[in-house]
Amino acid sequence: MFSAVFRSGNAIFRVRMPQNIVRCVQHQASDSQINTDGLPPAKRTDFSEVRKDIPDKEMRPLYLDAQATTPLDPRVLDAMAPYLVSFYGNPHSRTHAYGWETEAAVEKARKQVADCVGADPREIIFTSGATESNNISVKGTARFYKSKKKHVITTQTEHKCVLDSCRSLEGEGFDVTYLPVKTNGLIDLKQLEEAMRPDTVLVSVMTVNNEIGVKQPIEEIGRMCRSKKIFFHTDAAQAVGKIPLDVNKMNIDLMSISGHKIYGPKGVGALYVRRRPRVRVEPIQSGGGQERGMRSGTLPTPLCVGLGAACNVAMQEMEYDHHRISGLANRLIDRITSKVPQVIRNGDPYYTYPGCVNLSFAYVEGESLLMALKDIALSSGSACTSASLEPSYVLRAIGAEEDLAHSSIRFGIGRFTTQAEIDYTADKCIEHVTRLREMSPLWEMVQEGIDLKTIKWAQH
Amino acid sequence: MAVPKSQILSLYKRLLREAKKFNTYNFRLYAVEKIQYEFHTNKSVTEPEKLSALMKKGQENLDMIKRQVMMGQMYGEGRLVIENPASDNKT
Repeated sequence: MFSAVFRSGNAIFRVRMPQNIVRCVQHQASDSQINTDGLPPAKRTDFSEVRKDIPDKEMRPLYLDAQATTPLDPRVLDAMAPYLVSFYGNPHSRTHAYGWETEAAVEKARKQVADCVGADPREIIFTSGATESNNISVKGTARFYKSKKKHVITTQTEHKCVLDSCRSLEGEGFDVTYLPVKTNGLIDLKQLEEAMRPDTVLVSVMTVNNEIGVKQPIEEIGRMCRSKKIFFHTDAAQAVGKIPLDVNKMNIDLMSISGHKIYGPKGVGALYVRRRPRVRVEPIQSGGGQERGMRSGTLPTPLCVGLGAACNVAMQEMEYDHHRISGLANRLIDRITSKVPQVIRNGDPYYTYPGCVNLSFAYVEGESLLMALKDIALSSGSACTSASLEPSYVLRAIGAEEDLAHSSIRFGIGRFTTQAEIDYTADKCIEHVTRLREMSPLWEMVQEGIDLKTIKWAQH
Repeated sequence: MAVPKSQILSLYKRLLREAKKFNTYNFRLYAVEKIQYEFHTNKSVTEPEKLSALMKKGQENLDMIKRQVMMGQMYGEGRLVIENPASDNKT
């Protein structure tokens, strides 16, 4: 006969159970696929058909590439899930409840995004990401005002999508000024002022650089643009939710926001477009006229909800995250520089977002170091250009010499980076930089006191 | 109405117990540290209204963690090199 044991306080009771309950319990226990929590077996993903060089799943690399993308925060996924499971209506459907539910969710998300940057919800439009937001801002504004104004100012260290949008404007007959930056990565405000012309329509300067993390003087640029009645666009993909931003205080007219850089979902972004004084843009995509006609196409409700939730979490956690990330960044820099000489930090050490640490290890080839540090997911620059061996144009713009630009590595520290990961990364870096330098004839020559710049290399 | 201390303590323990079940190393460590930080910084809160608002927030977060732990158990995969004691390799 079967019996069950119950524990109550310290006493243990043995009770006889009816046959049918026993059978039910037995049935569950015999299904060995079910684990202790009653959950189904975990889903397994297999990449081996696509590529063979994926490391063992039990040995995944540490993630230190927070500028490329960030993991989805569990709080964000929790907010999104109902809209992936139950509420699938088209938020633009006005004739039934399916549309009303999702419209309400999208509008709540719009408010969350607006609150994060000090805007009015009516000034936020959802896009597919910061790239699209940048395209709409740069091309859209320039094209709308093209009959009166023909000049755009940007900087040499902008993201590829801003630079490429400017290139295409040049093809349409616009004049573009690509402002150089100082060696610390910041623009010279005097140079900016000199570059402004009566026919300048737009100034586009990114808030936080994606490669070297420098923070441009947005408030000063905004004030200058406002006084000359020039629209000011800023690509804040790397800044929103990480540093305090206020579109009114900073006189920002257009601002690009990305979902997946702030622990939100990929494939969604937002664009802030000022209403007073009104900024008008020519839409890039034609269609049903959603998002005040600026961006047609059905809104992806789960993604919009995710972006809203990510902004909301980021706003609540800004101080906590910033404190943690600064501490970890300083720990990483101190650890490495105390053990390894000739490490150069690229970008201004003060006007910077601490989660982006770009270091150049002199006399070490960056790609060799990345290969050696395969246990850590790192990058030498932006993910968009990580396939090429060319040194980053951002590093060249700040005047880094070719060899130093080649030896740079970007450490992206995020909300979920731990101290143990930082220590592991620092130790591995120290170990491999030392090892690679010991193998390097250049390093040996430098140790002997030879100035490499005086050597005349013979070509064979 | 005042919130009894035992209730606060119980919520704290339940949150920590649940957070430790996160499959993903980074979420697990973040959640544990964050819970400890939140309870520590709000230790001196005595106003009943503020206290019950915090308790409500804590309970909502507990429910959220429970759901997300299950998500991780169903769809989470793999471990980081530093979680694996065998990975202290001698390269």
